Amino acid sequence: MSEDKKVDTDLVRRIAGLARIAVAEEKLPQLAAEISVILGFIEQLSEVDVEGVAPLTSAVDMDLRQRTDEVTDGGYPQDILANAPTRDEDYFAVPKVIE
Amino acid sequence: MSDLTKISLSQARDGLLAKDFSAKELAAAHIKMIEASGALNAYVCATPAIALAQAEESDKRLQTGDARPLEGLPLGVKDLFCVKGVASTACSKILEGFTPSYESTCTAQLWNAGAVLLGKLNNDEFAMGSSNETSVYGTVVNPYRGAGDVPLVAGGSSGGSSCAVAANLALAATGTDTGGSIRQPASFTGTLGLKPTYGRCSRWGIIAFASSLDQAGVITRSVRDAAMMLQQMAGFDSKDSTSCDIAVPDYEAALTGDIKGLRVGIPKEYRVDNMPSEIEKLWQQGEQWLRDAGAEPVEVSLPHTKYALPAYYIIAPAEASSNLARYDGVRYGIRAEGKNIDDMYAQTRAAGFGDEVVRRIMIGTYVLSAGYYDAYYLKALKVRRLIAQDFTKAYEKCDVLLTPTAPSSAFAIGDKIDDPLAMYSNDIFTVPTNMAGLPAVSVPSGVDGHGLPLGLQLIGQAFKEDELLRVASVLETAADFSHKPQQWWVS
Repeated sequence: MSEDKKVDTDLVRRIAGLARIAVAEEKLPQLAAEISVILGFIEQLSEVDVEGVAPLTSAVDMDLRQRTDEVTDGGYPQDILANAPTRDEDYFAVPKVIE
Repeated sequence: MSDLTKISLSQARDGLLAKDFSAKELAAAHIKMIEASGALNAYVCATPAIALAQAEESDKRLQTGDARPLEGLPLGVKDLFCVKGVASTACSKILEGFTPSYESTCTAQLWNAGAVLLGKLNNDEFAMGSSNETSVYGTVVNPYRGAGDVPLVAGGSSGGSSCAVAANLALAATGTDTGGSIRQPASFTGTLGLKPTYGRCSRWGIIAFASSLDQAGVITRSVRDAAMMLQQMAGFDSKDSTSCDIAVPDYEAALTGDIKGLRVGIPKEYRVDNMPSEIEKLWQQGEQWLRDAGAEPVEVSLPHTKYALPAYYIIAPAEASSNLARYDGVRYGIRAEGKNIDDMYAQTRAAGFGDEVVRRIMIGTYVLSAGYYDAYYLKALKVRRLIAQDFTKAYEKCDVLLTPTAPSSAFAIGDKIDDPLAMYSNDIFTVPTNMAGLPAVSVPSGVDGHGLPLGLQLIGQAFKEDELLRVASVLETAADFSHKPQQWWVS
């Protein structure tokens, strides 16, 4: 883990791009400072020796179930589309993607 | 009629069965209280018409002797649960206007058991917060007031639920708990908060925050009430891939009051610096109460406790950044205009998410990004295993653990909202349980020097909620918590 790395505005701009959140230029420094503080707190984990420890990905020790591959649900497009900001017949509508 | 709002869920059940009052009277009494409770901001969407219609149906069943387990009992539901035909927004602007065409499994089971919906309850936006100050609907106000009548937070993220149960605006309420979001608000409001084992209650239809940590539970006025609620909410659901197919025992029958010989672990690492002496004293008192009831306290060690919070603030934001990627202005919620589709996504998310949610998505995106994944996310998952192993080892020496629920009583509104780390540290005693997936309950056990409630936490073994509730009921009886807030909000 990197040592007490300060997050700069360039990195915040890049993360915001990855997260698809528009962040105004003037808000970047404050966000960088806040994220730096939180990452500084997280850095405590560098003290922990995790040599040979397997990552824990599920809180309960269980195998994921399998089921027969068959259609068990569906057939109600009106319900699915009911909350769409914009729609076109039975489709979600988005801004034009192809020129 | 206002007395009908002050009784416990089990007393209301008994009263309905004895025909002392009707379900409609019970619902109407609550609706009246809710209408006068605007200053508390507990409800974000009251549903009196639904409540009265359900109560009418319940009265018919009570007349014909066809009552179901929660027949006619009015409840509040945290806004994170999708309720068919009722606005369900996770208290986020991005889900403004979202009205699900489906019902969460947990709430469906409650309605099938005869319960009555009073409305949706406030919470921190997407359950991200410990004070219910990040909700787009504004802050929930604690019915209890401290020194100088300063308005206090009701805890979070289930602050609407804790407030409603404490202020007699619902007989019981659902909540969700990702890092303490049921137990900490319960501790702040003199209510009982139960977070079941991960996998015990279906997560289907609950708006996701951090899927490996989220668990549905309840806030109630007594252990018996929590047992009644869990009985209906628990159980296997094929629609939740992490739901566990394990038999659900009779939780009320488990409340025998007998804990003779039970070993109660006292984890020494929970004795943190700067803990108020009142909480330390209450913790020792709790140990004594359980000893007096025949239990045997033993000191245990959970050596990785201090790393639970930093690991949580990698894992929870990482999962949140992934879960919240779905809010893109296409299928539901708000849409902001953009220069192109990518810009539409970015503008929509900027307009829809509040500051704390943005912070967490950013942290989560960062720790999952190329070059940082191993150093942060993978490392946190390994630490998570060490935390879980601590509990496994402790349970070789004890049956349940006793700790404080939170490091303080309710704090003033505005006190910590600008200091994320101070806010996060509220969950220092509750987060480890979520990391290990274990069940835990906060029992109102005393008050501090200002008359503010304090809770003690009992942590159980996986899927042994029956044993956990049995110990909790012994603690409840010994503590005999009877402080009630002044009804200052009713003019």
